[in-house]
Amino acid sequence: MIRTFDAGYYDCIVIGAGHAGCEAALASARMGVKTLVLSINLDSIAMMPCNPSIGGTGKGHLVKEIDALGGEMGLNIDRSFLQSKMLNASKGPAVHSLRAQADKHKYHTEMKRVMENTENLTVKQAEVIALNIENSKIGGVITKTGAFYKAATVVLATGTYLSSKIFIGEAEILSGPNGLAASYELGDSLRDANIELRRFKTGTPARVDKRSLDFHKMEIQWGDKEYELFSFLNEDIPLDEMPCWLTYTNVNTHEVILGNLDKSGLFTGTIEGTGPRYCPSIETKIMRFADKERHQLFIEPEGRDTNEMYVQGMSSSMAEDVQLAFMRTIPGLENVEIMRPAYAIEYDCVDPLSLNLSLEFKNIRGLFSAGQFNGSSGYEEAAAQGIIAGINAALKVKGEPPFILDRSEAYIGVLIDDLVTKGTDEPYRMMTSRAEYRLVLRQDNADARLTEKAYNIGLVTEERYAKFMEKTQMMQQEIDRIATTNLKAEDVNPILIELGSSPVLQSMKIIDLLKRPEVFYKHLECIDITRPDTLKKDVIKQLEVTLKYEGYIKKQLQQIEKFKDLEERKLSADLDYSKIDNLRLEARQKLDDVKPLSIGQASRISGVSPSDISVLLVYLEQMRRKKDV
Amino acid sequence: MLFDTIAAISTPIGEGAIGIVRLSGPESFGIVDKIFKANVDKLDWEDRKLKYGHIYDGDHLIDEVMIVKMYAPRTYTREDIVEINCHGGAVPLREILRICLREGARLAERGEFTKRAFLNGRIDLAQAESIMDLINSKTNKGFDIAINQLEGHLSNKINMIRSELIKIMAEVEVSIDYPEEDIEEITYDALGSGLENAALQIQNLLKSSNTGKIIREGLKTVIIGKPNVGKSSLMNVLLKDSRAIVTDIPGTTRDVIEEFLSVDGIPIKLVDTAGIRETEDLVERLGVEKSKSYFNAADLVIFMLNGAEPLSPEDHMLMEKVKDKPAIVLINKSDLEQKIELESISDIFSNEQIIMTSMSNESGIQQLEDEIKRLVFGIQIDQGNQEIVSNTRHIALLEIALKHINEALNATKQSLPYDFIEVDVKEAIVQLGLVTGESVASDLMQTIFSQFCLGK
Repeated sequence: MIRTFDAGYYDCIVIGAGHAGCEAALASARMGVKTLVLSINLDSIAMMPCNPSIGGTGKGHLVKEIDALGGEMGLNIDRSFLQSKMLNASKGPAVHSLRAQADKHKYHTEMKRVMENTENLTVKQAEVIALNIENSKIGGVITKTGAFYKAATVVLATGTYLSSKIFIGEAEILSGPNGLAASYELGDSLRDANIELRRFKTGTPARVDKRSLDFHKMEIQWGDKEYELFSFLNEDIPLDEMPCWLTYTNVNTHEVILGNLDKSGLFTGTIEGTGPRYCPSIETKIMRFADKERHQLFIEPEGRDTNEMYVQGMSSSMAEDVQLAFMRTIPGLENVEIMRPAYAIEYDCVDPLSLNLSLEFKNIRGLFSAGQFNGSSGYEEAAAQGIIAGINAALKVKGEPPFILDRSEAYIGVLIDDLVTKGTDEPYRMMTSRAEYRLVLRQDNADARLTEKAYNIGLVTEERYAKFMEKTQMMQQEIDRIATTNLKAEDVNPILIELGSSPVLQSMKIIDLLKRPEVFYKHLECIDITRPDTLKKDVIKQLEVTLKYEGYIKKQLQQIEKFKDLEERKLSADLDYSKIDNLRLEARQKLDDVKPLSIGQASRISGVSPSDISVLLVYLEQMRRKKDV
Repeated sequence: MLFDTIAAISTPIGEGAIGIVRLSGPESFGIVDKIFKANVDKLDWEDRKLKYGHIYDGDHLIDEVMIVKMYAPRTYTREDIVEINCHGGAVPLREILRICLREGARLAERGEFTKRAFLNGRIDLAQAESIMDLINSKTNKGFDIAINQLEGHLSNKINMIRSELIKIMAEVEVSIDYPEEDIEEITYDALGSGLENAALQIQNLLKSSNTGKIIREGLKTVIIGKPNVGKSSLMNVLLKDSRAIVTDIPGTTRDVIEEFLSVDGIPIKLVDTAGIRETEDLVERLGVEKSKSYFNAADLVIFMLNGAEPLSPEDHMLMEKVKDKPAIVLINKSDLEQKIELESISDIFSNEQIIMTSMSNESGIQQLEDEIKRLVFGIQIDQGNQEIVSNTRHIALLEIALKHINEALNATKQSLPYDFIEVDVKEAIVQLGLVTGESVASDLMQTIFSQFCLGK
């Protein structure tokens, strides 16, 4: 062990400045807590080592929620996007998912600038090699150069840097993502602290030289003409859009891959880590779906000032020459030049079952963790956990109760509850189908769901809160107005007939007209003379959604009520499940591992059966009665 | 230990030659050892072997008994269980129970044995409810259905429908979560036909539920007719023909006689209003509130006429009342010279409904029984291995699930966005899961277990 020196005290230290680390550090600092963020390399702050985009199905919801809580991801992508598209626009409003292509370099520099200029936040380059833990309580961190920073709380956000190894064909390289230095010592310190680590795997496709591509053989992919932004704070940002391109693999591609499987790290058995099912490498796709004749590839720009293009759909761990050979069978890629080859990366992460819903370790007070280290995958998932870990570290410093969002309040709640209650056997990706209460957890109402809550814990700025209140007020006024304003039959009928909607016999309230599926605000514009000019797009959108789908939303709210009933039956964290004889052995162990906070959470643990839940209910009832006596 | 020791009389009090008092819980062996005397070493008792001996209250002999000890966890409740087989009849059973309670057992609540079986992970929800049906079932057919359910027939069927729905959901979800993937999106037509198929299967299950209810609770049958038309004789003939299960049900008034009998496994709750004063004018008597309510609640009316007499004005009035009910018309005394106007009767009732009987030579009884069977089972006389839903809660859940599927179908027909259709499909899946205990609402247990009869 090298000589250490006292490097000072921070209320909160965040290890890692990826998407989780940035949100954690910003949240904690913005809540007035003295925060230090340490990164192995300051040039990799908010680096996007994989796809050059933010958002997507489920993920877009997360970004909107992070924004509503006062996080940075939405603002930062709004500063650096190249194209924007609302996915699922033809489907229901609940699953509309925003996704923007990002200028990676700009995303990094903008985030770095924000971090550097945030009050209470210190940004330093350092590799943490050990945690200082005494009596199951975090005391600080030690860096490779011997600096000992004392701390009340620490957030681990090591991403894929922990003991990571890269695979390209037969080449095995001890390295972090993108050729950056990895961290090989911290893992031992975590193991010493009884933190069990496991090995996950992920991968990324090649980056190719734009000049070597023939775009005439591909389909151009533009984003939306009228695009939405991620942040609630932004209204209009002009855009010089950059396109993406679509092309396909073919039988020749597949032949090359199948003929060279012995040169893939995935199939030769050298990779131990568990990879995600939903994001398979091209060789896995071809093996698993042998009857599929082609697979689609999107060629996406990595930034405005670079020729590097990202080949989405072509993640691989095959040898570099094989990668080149199979890519050159693809229309438009016949002369492709690889700038960075695809690779698979293996890294250490924690079993999230060892965490509380606050993302604090169950067995180490003051130690939190977030992001890929927790077994998730994706920038947005990482950022979502980051902001919650940062908030809870800050609340811990202030001696306040943790901030927990439940499954009916946010996708963030679903994400964290899934991770710490059910655990995961593969890198966890957010999907809208994981949310039970999807109709209520929409992008358009993220602010209404979360901003007030975040304001109450001091994360949301006065500026955002004022804007939020303004919107809320505008919404209420508008509801009052349309609920009392009638439109005359002779005025409205021509419009209704044109829309194929049945005409009305007498004058009708605007609110009732808008409940019709085919009638929208824009249709009534010319006859709705009392409509305020100031009415904002997002207010209109949210009103239309809530009016048109009122019945369904009500139904979901009833489901939420039932859900809350079980969530509100609290279980004590120091409940000794081994003493409850009637629980099955497996359930006892699982409950002991997870230490659920409520009957509802307990019921979601795999291995806990309905009869175990009924035992718990009976037990709780007995305890309650005993107390009453 | 979460549970104490409970005891209850496990057999119906009444006619049986043998009755059983059952104990379950950690103290059950200890309690029995204190009150049972035998010529063998008590420690020598093997699991699930009957032992002969006597129950004593102190020095006072109570009864001659056979006892079996069953060791946890291979028992119904997964606790230590003792069953004391004693003589039937109220006195020995109650005495033995009393002594067990005095020695430290607690009187079991309704359904508590089964509740323990359930809480101890012994049985799933549908099975638990089937056990309830098993206990309550009045005759053999009901018994078979209960057994079928117990073996998970219903659970299997419901799980099948459920997994089909989950499969459809998965297709919808894929198109939502992976909008840019090269996957063919499920069409509204495909979605609709999948949902229709599930709806149809649930409807079929529900169709069987009427039959199930009758099999569980008995076919409520009222015999009406003028005095001396042969109602009591019919009752006697039917009872002689089958096995009377319960007579003189406690709690019912003496002026209405209720009998349970079994027609080829169909339990029939036969109400003879004859007990009401015979001298009273018949039509007026039907007006009496009690008879009226019996009549209105009846699943089946057996209307008896005297074939040897012309129809009286009263007969005509009764016919008017009966014609809108499921009814069988018996033209009795077919062995005598027939004076009845058959045409007026066949104007109102179908040929199958009219049966000529004679109580003195018992003719026509077979036709009557066949007609009852036909009415209960509709056209399908033999249910074979078909799933029959016989539990009220299952019926309610299936109905809710069906309602949601229909709403989803409706939304599909309107081409509403998938995420809205999915709300109802998901809810249907949740409801189906509740039948087999796949998901739990906390008020569920209470509702179920309060339905159980004492001792099981």
